[in-house]
Amino acid sequence: MALDPKPQAALALHRFGLGPRTGSVGAIVSDPRGALIAELDRPDAGRIANGELMSSGAAARAAFAFQEARRNERRAAAATAPKGAQSKAGNALAPPEGAARNPASPPAANTTARAGVAPQQIYLDEAKARFAAALAVEIGFAERLAWFWSNHFCVSADKAGVRPMAGAFEREAIRPHVLGRFADMVQAVETHPAMLIYLDNARSIGPNSQAGRNRGRGLNENLAREILELHTLGVRTVYTQDDVTSFAKIITGWTVIPVRQDPVRGGEFMFNPRMHEPGTQTVIGESYADAGFDQGRRVLAKLAGHEATAKHVAYKLARHFVADDPALTLVERLTQRFLDSEGDLKEMAKALIAAPEAWAEPPGKLKRPTEWIVGALRATGVSPADVRPLMQAQNLLGEPLWRPPAPNGFADDNATWLDGLSQRLDVANQFALRLAAGADPTTVFEETLAPIASAETKRTIARAESRPQALTLLLMAPEFQRR
Amino acid sequence: MTINLHAPTRRELLLASGALFAWAYLPKRALAEGRDPRLLVIVLRGALDGLAAVAPVGDPEWVKLRGDKALTLEGKTPGLPLDAMFALSPAMPNLHRLYQAGAATIAHAAATPYRERSHFDGQDVLESGLTRPGAVTTGWLNRALATLETAGSARPRNAFAVGPIAPLVVRGPAPVLSWTPARLPPASNDTMTRLLELYRHTDPALARVLEERLGLAAIASAGGMEGQGGQNGQPRPAGAAQVRAFFSESAGTAAKFMARPDGPRVGALAFDGWDTHANEGALDGRLAALLGALDGAIAAIENNMGAAWRECVVAVITEFGRTARINGTEGTDHGTATVAFLAGGALKGGRVVTDWPGLKETDLHEKRDLKPTTDLRAVLKGLLHDHLRVDDGALAAKVFPESSAVKPMAGLLA
Repeated sequence: MALDPKPQAALALHRFGLGPRTGSVGAIVSDPRGALIAELDRPDAGRIANGELMSSGAAARAAFAFQEARRNERRAAAATAPKGAQSKAGNALAPPEGAARNPASPPAANTTARAGVAPQQIYLDEAKARFAAALAVEIGFAERLAWFWSNHFCVSADKAGVRPMAGAFEREAIRPHVLGRFADMVQAVETHPAMLIYLDNARSIGPNSQAGRNRGRGLNENLAREILELHTLGVRTVYTQDDVTSFAKIITGWTVIPVRQDPVRGGEFMFNPRMHEPGTQTVIGESYADAGFDQGRRVLAKLAGHEATAKHVAYKLARHFVADDPALTLVERLTQRFLDSEGDLKEMAKALIAAPEAWAEPPGKLKRPTEWIVGALRATGVSPADVRPLMQAQNLLGEPLWRPPAPNGFADDNATWLDGLSQRLDVANQFALRLAAGADPTTVFEETLAPIASAETKRTIARAESRPQALTLLLMAPEFQRR
Repeated sequence: MTINLHAPTRRELLLASGALFAWAYLPKRALAEGRDPRLLVIVLRGALDGLAAVAPVGDPEWVKLRGDKALTLEGKTPGLPLDAMFALSPAMPNLHRLYQAGAATIAHAAATPYRERSHFDGQDVLESGLTRPGAVTTGWLNRALATLETAGSARPRNAFAVGPIAPLVVRGPAPVLSWTPARLPPASNDTMTRLLELYRHTDPALARVLEERLGLAAIASAGGMEGQGGQNGQPRPAGAAQVRAFFSESAGTAAKFMARPDGPRVGALAFDGWDTHANEGALDGRLAALLGALDGAIAAIENNMGAAWRECVVAVITEFGRTARINGTEGTDHGTATVAFLAGGALKGGRVVTDWPGLKETDLHEKRDLKPTTDLRAVLKGLLHDHLRVDDGALAAKVFPESSAVKPMAGLLA
């Protein structure tokens, strides 16, 4: 089912990428599919240059050092200044995290004299890098895949221990494997400190382990359950409650070196045998002898290659890129590719864009808030220095960065996001008035929408009463909202 | 997009119920005792269906009353058990956890003295602390604060502005600061109309969403609802994801401010959307989503308070409840008695406080609503007295006038 080249190129950019920039359609029109594959083949595809960003361990330690220093300052202030809160210590405190404040005074200004880095600053730096990458890429297919997997294996920065590590988690556990093997991504994710803290495994103790017998504290099944239910096999598939419990026992001891106790390695993964439940366990009919850390590693390997896992991720992938209710043939094709390639995610991505169903489906899926925001920036050529307004827009539209409401991540269906359309209108309006004031709506239309826009959309934009209104209408047009 | 930092305008207040309004001082008596209490009052606008949120599963009439809409301990969406009589909506696992840890208390079959069923009058009585609606200009929380001796001011640099207009509950002689999240002014009607025209021709599903917003905006301007803060003045409530993020964001940020050493100790927030007349969805629809969002907000407060959670109380109140029976559109209409939630480390919790009136028709108020057997003011007085040290005389005369017969509920705090 061949589309005309220009519409197909535009569809490629909107559906599989992060949206066209000026010149994008022209650059890939001769072979849109080929261009998508070529992006995947780039050596740095899906990655973010680490530059000055901290590793998750370093971030955890820096955040801790910052908070310790603040605690000490407060104690000192309380001792020397009994009268009220407007003391010298009050002046030294950084402005409230993420709150309304003068954008001209960045949060770092007050922290240079103090050890460590504020968790909010770390989070902001990571957000900045992510937005920069999203604006810099040619098409954004690899980037979309990175976002997809990051949401599949999500952690939430709302949890205090996770916050400094949320961005690093994506860079360390997700991105290196986006075009690699699913099994490797699973291993990296489930041993990452951010995940171990988020789903409470860092505190899970085998009842018969040394620590369990000493303290009488016990097992936390959260991570084990979510690995089975959300990350690999999928809900209501082959596992039972007993499997959850057994698996939870297997991964006891998978924990994080406490930052308070170890200023050098704190915040990093460690396997603690004293917390590990001894003995053989059975998970989904298979027996796993106790081999310390390896016991769990083997289970993960098994889960990563399971047919239920293949079906689960194939469905989610199809659902994310193509339709809320994807064609069965597409899902089957992707499932088979997963199994045949032993979970090679680059092969999965290629199979997706090789599938006729992926192109034939009419644009129905609403772009998720961040996809839409980034699309708007790319279309208008805007690259703001301060990303906080962008993050506020994400918050307003219900997709706060690395802060999904639950371990199953942000929902991927239209129903969830449709009601927020009205908020998008307000965001578009502000964007058109402030950030995109220099963009020419006619040019933006020609470059990013014309090949797929209806006559009505074209007319609506052309007849707007002002340039900002024209841009608002463009960003709200159905062809810009759906992909 | 600049981040707005100013006294909120009337219009913004109608839209921006995520704003935090907080007392500009610190409470001296409590501090002198070596405590550092925080109190955050959350007003739920629209009349929360208390029976749906905290179901009397132990009452033999319950399932008869609500049929397949009744939350029970079985079925697809079983409630979270509280005690022999009550179960909590499964959308509120955090509150349940806090309850089990003794850090949450629920008051049931509670109400203000107000017995009519108008949202605006009901909210006035809820927030003013008076016995009836009428010309009111101040709220009980503000008047309570005005009676306290102060020990220094709470005004974190660059964060707060003096707010001339605040929710009634914090309006009054005691100075109040406000913080509003950056609020984007809405798009013009003309832009909306043009967009709607385009959607009508090319994308009906998008047109429907926009139509609802325009419809509500028309009601607001035609009906003169400005300044009332009722749900008709709001643009269409956002989808589940947005509501959740909005509640958590507002509550979490409020808590961050209040956890700071130089931050406010007493504040108020409001959340809208509780007026579930049609398709209430208590088990897995709209109300469940709202309760989930409220639960997320409570968790966000707990997380962001940090060590200050130990000394914190969050009080969640609403103007009245809803009918005991389901109406013809799978929802409930305005009622009388309902729940109030208390959460916080300072509580002696893990209890449902109630004098349960029963659900037989003869037990219902006017044969339609849950009968109120606890005066909400008793709960609020108990909190103000034990937590902030507002004295009894002031409570009976100034804070809740004409309420000397209402005894402060003792034993709420640890």
